[in-house]
Parts: sequence; C-alpha cells; structure tokens
Amino acid sequence: MNLRLHIWRQAGPDATGMLKTYDVANVSEHMSFLEMLDVLNEDLISKGEIPVAFDHDCREGICGTCGMVINGRPHGPVAKTTVCQLHMRTFKDGDEIYIEPWRARAFPVMRDLVVDRGSLDRIIQKGGFVSVNTGNAQDGNTIPISKLDADRAMDAAACIGCGACVAACPNASAMLFTAAKVGHLASLPQGQAERSTRALHMVLQMDAEGFGACTNHLECEAACPKGISVEFIAQMNRDYLASAIGGRD
Amino acid sequence: MELNSNIPGGPLQQKWDQHRADLKLVNPANKRKYSVIVVGTGLAGASAAATLAELGYNVSAFTYHDSARRAHSIAAQGGINAAKNYQNDGDSVWRLFYDTVKGGDFRAREANVYRLAQVSTSIIDQCVAQGVPFAREYGGYLSNRSFGGAQVSRTFYARGQTGQQLLIGAYQAMMRQVGLGKVKLYNKQEMMDLIVVDGRARGIVSRDMVTGKIESYMADAVILATGGYGNVFYLSTNAKACNVTATYRAHKRGALFANPCYTQIHPTCIPQSGDYQSKLTLMSESLRNDGRIWVPKAKGDTRSPDQIPESERDYYLERKYPSFGNLSPRDIASRAAKEACDDGRGVGPGGLGVYLDFADAIKRLGQEVIADRYGNLFEMYERITGEDPYKVPMRIYPAVHYTMGGLWVDYDLMSNVPGLFVLGEANFSDHGANRLGASALMQGLADGYFVIPYTLGGYFAKGGFSTVSNDAPEARAAVTEAQNKVSTLLSINGKRSPTSFHRELGSLMWDKCGMARNEKGLTEALKRIPELRDEFWKNLTIPGTGTELNQSLELGLRVADFLEFAELMCTDALHRNESCGGHFREEYQTEDGEAKRNDDEFCYAAAWEYTGVGSKPTLHKEPLVFENVHLATRSYK
Repeated sequence: MNLRLHIWRQAGPDATGMLKTYDVANVSEHMSFLEMLDVLNEDLISKGEIPVAFDHDCREGICGTCGMVINGRPHGPVAKTTVCQLHMRTFKDGDEIYIEPWRARAFPVMRDLVVDRGSLDRIIQKGGFVSVNTGNAQDGNTIPISKLDADRAMDAAACIGCGACVAACPNASAMLFTAAKVGHLASLPQGQAERSTRALHMVLQMDAEGFGACTNHLECEAACPKGISVEFIAQMNRDYLASAIGGRD
Repeated sequence: MELNSNIPGGPLQQKWDQHRADLKLVNPANKRKYSVIVVGTGLAGASAAATLAELGYNVSAFTYHDSARRAHSIAAQGGINAAKNYQNDGDSVWRLFYDTVKGGDFRAREANVYRLAQVSTSIIDQCVAQGVPFAREYGGYLSNRSFGGAQVSRTFYARGQTGQQLLIGAYQAMMRQVGLGKVKLYNKQEMMDLIVVDGRARGIVSRDMVTGKIESYMADAVILATGGYGNVFYLSTNAKACNVTATYRAHKRGALFANPCYTQIHPTCIPQSGDYQSKLTLMSESLRNDGRIWVPKAKGDTRSPDQIPESERDYYLERKYPSFGNLSPRDIASRAAKEACDDGRGVGPGGLGVYLDFADAIKRLGQEVIADRYGNLFEMYERITGEDPYKVPMRIYPAVHYTMGGLWVDYDLMSNVPGLFVLGEANFSDHGANRLGASALMQGLADGYFVIPYTLGGYFAKGGFSTVSNDAPEARAAVTEAQNKVSTLLSINGKRSPTSFHRELGSLMWDKCGMARNEKGLTEALKRIPELRDEFWKNLTIPGTGTELNQSLELGLRVADFLEFAELMCTDALHRNESCGGHFREEYQTEDGEAKRNDDEFCYAAAWEYTGVGSKPTLHKEPLVFENVHLATRSYK
C-alpha cells in the first residue's frame, strides 16, 4: 500500500516544530508501524536528510519506550496495543496518517516524536515502592495473598509507564499512571504500612511536575495499552483523602 | 597472565558461607566514603544499585534509556527459578544446581552455579516483600509452573510478565534510594569507555545522548550490568538498543572476554515475515507446557494444519526425547526445529516454521484455562501475525535470544581488571554453554541482590585507593578518544546507513556462526568481517551532528563495536572443536545428530585477551574442574 504521512518535526527542545509530509510506497501489511517508519528513515538517510527521531526499544509492547499520537489517538487506532505492536494491516492504501509526539507540559519534546518522561520517574521516587531493604525479607509463603488480591495487584502493576494516559487526557493528567502504582501496592499486604502517605506524596509530586488534575473524562483508560481500569483512580482518591484529612504525615 | 578464579576451598555446600565469613567488611561509617558506578539498570544493575545504596555506598547508575525501568530484562515473560520445593516434588538446592550444570552442558563453574542455586530462594522472598505480584493459588500461596530442562515445578511467575514485575521491583527499590540521595541516576547516557588508572577500573566515559556531551565519571569501582550481545545478529529477540559496546570497550581496556561463541537460540519465536523485519518476537517457553510441537511427516506438505490427520503429523520432540518431550532444553528444541525445516518439512512462508499446537490442551482443559495461563501471549501472537492461536496452531521458529558468553569474572564476579565487576548476562559465569529457561532472571537478581553486596565490600576493605580525579591523564585521554571516534564517524560522508551495515553483519553471523557452525563457514566469516568493517569506515553515512539527539550516531557507534566483536565470536567458535550447548559445530556430532562434547580437550572456559583490531586475540584457559558432578553425556531421551 502507499501512504501519506504528516509527521511532527522539531529539531530540539527549544526549536519550533511543524508537520511535514512524506510519501511512503509499497508498505507491506505485515510490517509493524515502527518498521514502516524504519523504512522511511532509511530512505531519508539515503537522500542525506535527517531521519525522524522516535523512541522505541523492545518492540514487544512491554518496555513502554515507544509512543506517538496517530491520527489523534495515543498508540493509534487499535485498543490495548502499543504502537510497536500496531501492524500496517490496520491501515489501507491511500490513507493519510498524522503522527505527533505526546503533548503535555510535563513531557517536553526533545526531538520530533521523542519526549522526556522523567516526571513519571520522579512520581515513583516519592513513594512508589515498599520500603524494604535487601535481606529484610522472610519466606515468601509466610504472607498468604488471596488469588483475587494478587490478580488485582497484577492488573494495576501491568502499567508500562509509556505515558499514553497523559497524552490522551485533555488535562494532561497522570492520574492513571500514579493510581496504577498506588493501586498495585495498596492491593497487597506488603503495601499497607505506607499506604496513605504513599498516595499523598505521589499525588503532590504529580501536581508539582505540572500534570493536570483529573476531571473524569476517562480517556486514559481508553488509550491505555494495558487496559488499566480507572477504578484505581477512585481507590487512590480514597487513600489520598484519608492521608490528607487524617494528617498522618 | 594467570587466571585465578578465586574459588574458595572446602566442600561445595559450604563455599559461599565460608567465603562470606572470610570476606573483610567495611565499617558502616566508612561505607559512605566509597563510590561505585553501575552501568545498566536491568535486573542485575538496578538490584545492585539499590542494595549497595542501602548499605551506604555512594552509587552512580547509568542507563541509555529515558527511564531505568525500560531495560530489556522487562521483556522476560515466563518466570524465575528458585529451589523452594514448595511443590514437594523433589526439588532442592542440589537439584537446581545439577540441572543448571547439566543444562549448561558441563561448561559452567560448579562453585558459582551452586551459589546461584543457594541464593535463589532468597530472591523470591525479597521480591515478595517488595510487592512483586507473583501468581498465587486460591489458598494464597505462591504458584509454580514447569520449564524446559527440569522435571520439577520450580518456576515462579507473574502472568506472562515476570521480567517486567521483577524489574519494576528492583527499579522501585533503586528509585527509593534516588529519593534518599544515595543513588545518583543518569538517564540517556551511554557508556563509551572504561577508565583504568594504576591497573584498577576507576571510572567510565559516557555520552549524554541528548546534548552529545562526552565526559568522564570517576569512582572507586565500576560495575557493568549491560546485558548480552545477541544483537550482533541484527535480528534477535533483544530490544533494539541492546549492544556490546560497554563490555567490548572494557575488553579493549584489558578485560578478558570469555566464551563469546556460546549463544542461545530460543526455539519459540514468531517467524520472520519480510526484509523490513526489525526484530524477532519471543513466545515464552512456558507455552511448551501445554502446546505440542509438530511438523507434517511428508516433505512439502502445504495443506492447512487442520487438514493434516494425526497419523501424518510428526511430534518430533515427543518422538525423539520421550522423557522431556516438548519441554526439552532450548538448544535441543531449536536444533530439532532446524533439522525438520532443513528436511523440507517446515511450515509457513519459506518453510521456516513449525507448529506449536494448543488444540489438545484446549480440548483437555478448556479455552478458559488456557486463556488464564497464556492469554496475553496469545493476544500478542494474534496482533503480530493476524492469526488466532485458539483456532490455528501457532507457527514458531528459533531466534537468537541470550548470550551465555561475556566478560570473564572470578568467584567474586570481578574481572581480571581489579575493580571492574560484571553482573548478569554481561558476565560468563553461570550458564555454561546453554542457559535453562527462567534462569536469567534468577542470575541477574542473585548477582545484584545477594553476591555483589558482599564481594564489593571485600574489595573495598582491602583498601589502597588513591584519589583519582577527572583530570587524571587516563581519564582525559579516554574522553578525547571517544570524542575523536564520534567526529570520525560523522566525517565519513559515505553512502550506507548504520542499519544497512548492521543487517549485513547480522545475516553473515546467522549464516556462519548461528544455530550450526562449521570450519569452512567460520573461516569465510573471518575473512568477510574485516572487509565489511573496512567498508563501514569508508562508506558510512550519518546525518546530523554530534551535539544533539542523533539516533543514527548512537547506532553507528554500536555497530562499529559489533563489527570488531563479531570477529572475536567467530574466532572462539572456530577454536572450539567440539559441540556443546548453544555451540553446535557440524563436524562434531553423534550419529543421531546430537552435540558431541570433547571433555579431554575443551573442558575449559576460553578467555580471550584483546591484542588490537584485526589481530588474533590471545587465548587464556580456565580449566573447569568438576568435583561434585560426574561429566556425563547430556541426555533428555
């Protein structure tokens, strides 16, 4: 198939960006979306032009490195699929495709489609862990955890930290990302000791990074490649309130 | 040079305990006076950085990712082994040790493997305490599954995302230390060189991938946890950025590279679909618990699988290896698939595929149970191929997956360069010539959580550290060298992209140094690689500059090292006149096509010393002494 791509090009964090148009020919339906961009980039290099910078690594949908907005949708049109797992059979000959970076104040564009998501790491740094040193642990089976709780924790822990939830949110809020971590640890006995302070500190850091607030559009859940439920946001709000009002910290 | 593995004396079972008792300690108040650089934030690197910081050392951690959580350990699907014997099925530390030594085709160090099996149980405990959501039974206790090469059920898992969950656990532990100021984390930094001062590893040169700035970073010790070199084949299951640069640079600074020819070809990957293919995707080995592997009995049978009656199918693993069947170790399952395809019985485009069929399991257990066990893997397969594995058998083919070779280290995980420690896949120590499934996660975390905290302390406690600054002549020279390399690459202005060279090198390596090797092919490769390298330095083109985010430049720097490293791999493969594990030399096989080891001549680790680009490296041999297991022919029949 032949396609027309409109891709956001921006030389650096302070440069002005703009959409540029590229035609790509003979795209196979078995290619992944990123392989299609690889082909475009090889073509650009052969012409002496600067290839399109985009983040990617595992290309198996698990590392969370890749991410771009395709025709207005983070990771493109297929639900629960990262862009590296999106295949060209989803598109048809003659399609025009608009490709842009994640847009959020807390994710500055570094170049073209590459953004800096260090803000998500700093949220984790504020409490997204259990404070246990290596060597503290007792036998793993001394803490029985019901299958339901373990499954619920895993549902939340499946987050890959890609930032699609932020890109999808009209407020550029990182509530789903933050709630997934809070929800993962709150579902387990190991996470109880620090439960309420964790929610408080992580939410405060989220605000400090310049992410917006949640106004229940639920676009995040629709865009999440791992299908993480917005129920975790409600749960985090309860923990946050308990901590903020209870004044434990 | 004399290789001293520093294996402690005494009975195997007591070596580690005795060694820990003998190692000197650093006083808690003095720990903050020592600094260590950790390169790589995968399982081994992140666990080491977190643990060392908890002890009080000053840690600087480097990753080329935008976040430490993205290291390729994250992609491990199936699970992590531990000798817990929760299943009461006969597992023990000894059995895990024995399975690993045997699985590695008797080319690993006994003492290291025994220690690995010993600490395996503590890893599970530590991860549970961190909140890793391992699969649980309804009673609330930890669940296990089976994996290749073992007859007990000892693999712990978190759906099909075990690597992700373990890495997130280690990453979170490290981020906690970042918040406490004990780990300084450098994202988007790629190591370009090792700095050796007075014979000791004292720092690294690193390039900021956003600004292009190249600087030196100094410390009292350097830990490399930078993974394997599978991407020398271009197509592999490794992430796109995985590369050999850190370990190869250390090699060029004097660290010996051991057993580079030991590469693992994983039997269950999705077959290649076209020339544009950028990587291969693994389907977890755990699928072999319930899937049955087969090809048609007749050559060139193009009927759709449901049209091929049971009597005309060859379940070749079950036929050839009745006691392990579909759970035969990876090297054996891969070679059997290649054999079937070479025989003209492969399926799918180009005949490069075999079926992995779940029809029987679905009939026996129901679709719901299969979905619960493998749902995310089935979805991934369907997304990539457009076929529904609940209805049509999966098509799989072997692909490069893991590299057992790596920098040579002693029992303390220190290389022959004092102060340079190497952890995880980047070292050579525990898997011999073949790694068993679910053992990579175990080794990465064993090294980081439970070995390095003791052995690094022992190294520091010996003292004798002079003050070394960024102004040291060795540091300044290494920085200049790295800067020159970047400007040379950018000034070639030829016609071919880094990717085109990488693809060509990869396909050469796959043909000549892949699943099966022979003297003729390896000799040809050793002639062709220098030619390709010459062309690279004359005809490469990299658009853009070195002072900005430039992904072509990053790739060019990595491919330049692969082009030298490939020669080392082929040299090792050519010298090892035997077949063992992941190294299959066609000249050395039994009548029924099994690997034929030569214990009389090759029962050693081959550690190569760098002597210059294109010049033959010097071989040093570390004899492998088996005092506790009997060197046997590996049989899974």
